Amino acid sequence: MLRYLGVRKQYSGQIALDGVDLDCPEGRTSVLIGPSGCGKSTLLRLAAGLIRPDRGGVWFEGAPLAANNLRAARLRMGYMIQEGGLFPHLSVRGNVELMARELGWPAERRRARFSELAELVRLPARLWERYPLELSGGQRQRAALMRALMLDPDLILLDEPLGALDPIIRVELQRELAAIFARLHKTVLMVTHDLAEAVFFGDRLVLMRAGCVVQQGSAQALLQSPAEAFVADFVNAQRAPQRLLAEAAEHMRPADV
Amino acid sequence: MALGLTLLVLSLAVAAEPAANPSLSVGSKKFTESVILGEALTLLLADGGFQVAHRAGLGGTRILWGALRSGEIDAYPEYTGTLLREILAERALPDLGALRAALAEQGIRMSAPLGFENTYALAVTEATGARLGLETISDLRAHPDLRLGFSSEFLDRGDGWPGLKVRYRLPQTRVQGLDHDLAYRGLATGRIDVTVVYTTDAEIERYGLRLLDDDRGYFDDYQAVLLYRADLAERAPGAAVLLRRFEGLISEPVMASLNGRVKLDGISEHQAAVELLQERLGLAVEAETVGFWQRLWQRTAEHLGLVAVSLSAAILVAVPLGIVAARRPRLGQVLLGVTGVLQTVPSLALFVFLIPLLGIGWPPSVAALFVYSLLPILRNTHAGLIDIPRPIRESADVIGLTPNARLRLVELPLAARAILAGIKTSAVLNVGTATLAALIGAGGYGQPILTGIRLDDVGLIMQGAVPAAGLALAFQGLFEFGEHWVVPRGLRLRPATAGPQD
Repeated sequence: MLRYLGVRKQYSGQIALDGVDLDCPEGRTSVLIGPSGCGKSTLLRLAAGLIRPDRGGVWFEGAPLAANNLRAARLRMGYMIQEGGLFPHLSVRGNVELMARELGWPAERRRARFSELAELVRLPARLWERYPLELSGGQRQRAALMRALMLDPDLILLDEPLGALDPIIRVELQRELAAIFARLHKTVLMVTHDLAEAVFFGDRLVLMRAGCVVQQGSAQALLQSPAEAFVADFVNAQRAPQRLLAEAAEHMRPADV
Repeated sequence: MALGLTLLVLSLAVAAEPAANPSLSVGSKKFTESVILGEALTLLLADGGFQVAHRAGLGGTRILWGALRSGEIDAYPEYTGTLLREILAERALPDLGALRAALAEQGIRMSAPLGFENTYALAVTEATGARLGLETISDLRAHPDLRLGFSSEFLDRGDGWPGLKVRYRLPQTRVQGLDHDLAYRGLATGRIDVTVVYTTDAEIERYGLRLLDDDRGYFDDYQAVLLYRADLAERAPGAAVLLRRFEGLISEPVMASLNGRVKLDGISEHQAAVELLQERLGLAVEAETVGFWQRLWQRTAEHLGLVAVSLSAAILVAVPLGIVAARRPRLGQVLLGVTGVLQTVPSLALFVFLIPLLGIGWPPSVAALFVYSLLPILRNTHAGLIDIPRPIRESADVIGLTPNARLRLVELPLAARAILAGIKTSAVLNVGTATLAALIGAGGYGQPILTGIRLDDVGLIMQGAVPAAGLALAFQGLFEFGEHWVVPRGLRLRPATAGPQD
């Protein structure tokens, strides 16, 4: 689905990615995690085609991303960022339907898809014609998720999607998002700095440091048998690693069944 | 590309000139005497059956001379001293015969002197003169603290202050430039001590001024003559003969009294010209009376025309340039720099620069206003686009919008408020700057303002200044109203107050 092969990236002399090889298998949620500056956001931005690798390549559905196929690839991706990235001059409906309208979908098809998604993300009808400034943070992220899902993408890219929310809303949305992804069986690549969130979402965690992948695998594997000292340090630096472990075990069980 | 667009606008401006094409055109400088003479010439030609227009009160010798050379005007009153010392100064011509020949080389004819001399003289108030015992210009040497106020033309021209200072070795350093017509007020209120006057100015008597004797013979003869184009003979047979009826016709007292009629008695230059023709040529020309409202309407139409055309052209050019500037930062810096520099060119200088290319009147005025309108629109378009947060721009890219669709659906709507604000700024500036277009014969509200300054008539100034201010306010209001249509509703909202978080 999405593969990184020997990807190197520098920003003004600073190495952001130092030869990363990574696979995001189809239908699963991969979570990039690591301290800030480790290169996790760079990986996500490479997948979205917002930047290009200095060396190596990003392969999407069997073809390397390049200028000539970038737009076609993007139409098969959904993208959601911390503050939602909603266009402030358009209503929720305007935001969600914008690209479908550009692609010439008939109005009925757009409306039907919109209603379906609104139900999926539980966005009440009274908010559909509101503008982003009239919405709460949680409502905005629901709308942003609708926009990301509108064209029924194969790959969903999430950059700290819940990072700007207060803790209560955050936990609530975490549950819902995880349920939605499980139900849709989409390939998801997500960036977070919060290990609890990573554990919650990820059946595959990718731990990064200084432009390199340090360890990848299930949450349990990372928490129980860290590959090197850094992984253990990172895990221990998070709050209550024991509780995380328990949560991870609980979270993994239904998926394993 | 910017150059191409600019040329396009210039050519549009030329093509769109609304005035019917009069077969003859008379010019005059922006002081009373010149306007009276120009008006009298115009009436005389019209009486002789010619279709003729008067470009009254053009702003400066260079503008008139250029307009005459290029055929924008066919005739205007000039002074021999100005021709010898200013216009053809580099030729160092010895006498009028040589001057006549030099003019002929350029396709310009000069009439015989009209009969009066209007030379420069330095003037002080009678009180100052008596207190300091000033009789001659040489006497000024003993008083280095005197404050001098001269018209900016006199300050610059070859036969003006620079030469005078050298000839008399004058020590004064407090020299300021101000409008000729304001200099009398400056003297009367004691803001300046010495100014330069024309010897036929009616104010000399009115303000009780003492003229200082030119004891070193610095100032030239400034005999009034008419200049006209040599090709007048073919284009308008008989016109030159009519013009030459003024030769030797107007004595100094006659001219001074006509100036006084206008400046002190408050009759119009048109009326004074009618009187001149009646008294000296026995010609009964009917004085035209244009009603206040009709004149106001005409000026409003002229002013609005200038603003509307130049502003529309500026929008069409500056918004796309702003988009280019936002897309290509380095080119953007160049574009912003160039328009910024253009903005700093003084308007009169820009007018004078444009006259050889576009003549006088409408085309150079529109072109100059166009140039001045570019920067605010360009800068705001650029800033409006640059200020769009990166996540928004990137979201537009990643959802699959092409660059053009991104611009149309996301960036321009988000920048709409800034762009509109830039256009509003340009419009308001434009309304103000357009009053200067009267200096090069494009009419508008500037016409009564200039005349009012010349005649020291506050009422007349108000006739231009008040509607101009009104127009500026109207534009401001129009654009604020327009915001509701142009700026998307989602951008006019205040952020949501803390509501239920669901």
